[in-house]
Amino acid sequence: MKGSMENSYSLPLQNAKEAQETDPFTVRIRPSRKWAAINLRDLWDYRELLYFLTWRDVKVRYKQTLLGAAWAVLQPLAAMIVFWLFFGKLAGIGSDGIPYPVFAYAGLMVWTFFSNALNNSGNSLVGNSNLITKVYFPRMIIPGAAVAAGLVDFAIAFLIMLVLMAGYRVPVTAAVLILPLPVLLTSLLALGIGLWMSALNVKYRDIRYALPFGIQLWMFATPIIYPMSLVPEKWRWLLKLNPMTGIVEAYRAALLGSTLDYSALAISAAMSLAILVFAAFEFRRMEKEFADVV
Amino acid sequence: MIIQARNISKQYRIGARQAAYSTLRESISGFVRAPLNRLRANRAAADNMIWALRDVSFHVEAGEVVGIIGRNGAGKSTLLKVLSRITEPTTGEIDLHGRVGSLLEVGTGFHPELTGRENIFLNGAILGMKRTEIAEKFDEIVAFAEVEKFVDTPVKHYSSGMYMRLAFSVAAHLEPEILLIDEVLAVGDAAFQKKCLGKMGDVAKQGRTVLFVSHNMTAIRSLCTRGIFLSSGQVSFQGTAAAAIDHYISELSSVQADEVDLSRTSRPHGAGETLQIASIRICSEDRRAVIRAGDPIDLELGFNVKRGVDEVAFGVAVSSQDNVNVVECRSSHHYGAISTLEPGEYSLRCRIDRNVLSPGIYSLSVGARSSRVFLDYVPGAITFEVYSDESLGSIWLEDVGGFIRLQSEWTEPVQVNKNGNASN
Repeated sequence: MKGSMENSYSLPLQNAKEAQETDPFTVRIRPSRKWAAINLRDLWDYRELLYFLTWRDVKVRYKQTLLGAAWAVLQPLAAMIVFWLFFGKLAGIGSDGIPYPVFAYAGLMVWTFFSNALNNSGNSLVGNSNLITKVYFPRMIIPGAAVAAGLVDFAIAFLIMLVLMAGYRVPVTAAVLILPLPVLLTSLLALGIGLWMSALNVKYRDIRYALPFGIQLWMFATPIIYPMSLVPEKWRWLLKLNPMTGIVEAYRAALLGSTLDYSALAISAAMSLAILVFAAFEFRRMEKEFADVV
Repeated sequence: MIIQARNISKQYRIGARQAAYSTLRESISGFVRAPLNRLRANRAAADNMIWALRDVSFHVEAGEVVGIIGRNGAGKSTLLKVLSRITEPTTGEIDLHGRVGSLLEVGTGFHPELTGRENIFLNGAILGMKRTEIAEKFDEIVAFAEVEKFVDTPVKHYSSGMYMRLAFSVAAHLEPEILLIDEVLAVGDAAFQKKCLGKMGDVAKQGRTVLFVSHNMTAIRSLCTRGIFLSSGQVSFQGTAAAAIDHYISELSSVQADEVDLSRTSRPHGAGETLQIASIRICSEDRRAVIRAGDPIDLELGFNVKRGVDEVAFGVAVSSQDNVNVVECRSSHHYGAISTLEPGEYSLRCRIDRNVLSPGIYSLSVGARSSRVFLDYVPGAITFEVYSDESLGSIWLEDVGGFIRLQSEWTEPVQVNKNGNASN
């Protein structure tokens, strides 16, 4: 056995020498218990696959489209214009002193990222059934790549945000330094719910139909196109229980200089993490049936 | 010991999704349709469960090349899926001491929109290769696939041959300690299959452990040191490859040949309107499903005549797996045309007495014509296997040249000149 180990230059970790001695590739396959542990080591070993699947999703998404990556910008931009006309102009919804287009776009670019990441990851396992039934790798990579690919679009949409901010002379403040935090939280939340939905979707294809609808409703329960101040004080706590509320507010605080609502952000962070952990365990529990059911 | 499997069983749930529905559920399902049916599958009773594998135990030493054989549905592919961790066993456990690479399909994850180069990296990563490893082998992969000029063309523009070559090439350069291979060689033309088998032989020679599922007994015999014969999910025999093949063939040859219903098989437009060939059976003299090389082949045709027809002749054509027309037989060669057939159901037998086909898998097309008009034609109506008991020798695959075996007599070599490089 030692002999055959020697021609393996494909050891997943750098410590190949050590690996040969301790034989870490011993894998025991057995029926897993109901709640399987999350194998972080396994995920780490397959990090390059995460990269390649993300890269594939990004690369393929706008193939054979005329506008290509411009779609990443058009979605939130068009939505912003519509909401600006109807809510900002006609209905006269305020935006806490920030020009409505900038205000709405900040929310809409976040929401576009979140909803695309959620939708794509939710459908990702079913869409990659050919991989699931033919090769082993940690299945979490698939919804993970769908969320990561969404980040690329988000980065493009973010450039327009900068243009709008410059156009409306919104100054950049030191608050911008907290920007990575809401970006991280959006990704984690999308990943959490995406993991859960993708696993459910394998068994119950209802998810495919329910998900876009649910996301749509969720958007109206989040201060995307209206400010939190529009909601009566006594109901605001309810709005803050929505993890996206604190996240969207944090983006606005970072970019538009509105006051940062620490309590809402803390609730969002706690909920995002809790959802992610719960979803990861649920995913592992359902994972063993994927190849048989999908 | 590199693989040790102890009592692995795998249970699958089959069909029976249509359990009793409550009225409410019916109305909902009318709205949501199929997806909700899956909800019910959970409650399917235990009698809808089948055991794809039952108490399978075996072990494999490092460097062994093990052939897994058995009839369709014997559990071969399920076993590979369990070993490659795609699906979990229901009970039992397996220890694997080494990295596992599984090739259950050629080109898994290939994306038509991506170029050859991009797909090599993507597919390599999916198969478990590292990026640096793929980069290192890139030229080799491209050269083996013979697609140098098209590396930067999206693979959707590839011919199917190029696509298969590229896909196999990536897989062939995977180098884990344990390689699991499922019938990937059943693709492509004969020349390509030969190349793939050659590559697999190299892999085996490098001392890697290989588990290989195949119906190609010639390949199993020449590649494998050991054979595991599965029958209805259980290990029916394990031992040398040759002995496993013998067991397999004796099981196969005890199976009665089934009649194949052709009445709903698609056929060229207009075929089967006057006379329809409704069924076909192909078997050995004792009605077994596989035919020993040299033994007579029996054919039974069932056909319906819908309108009276004159001057009828039947014909069958045997072709190889890569669609080479090997031989044709016609009823008219035996007794001329059949003068008149009144409407009704008929059956007809044909015996091919001097079966000179080489061992292999063939497909048979069947047709009927009247003096000028063609009546029915079913291409690839049935496939059949010709096998040989003879040991096929160690020069692997050299023995499959040609489709016809002819008796040939050879003299001993006679020396005509003592000096090797003389004359001329």
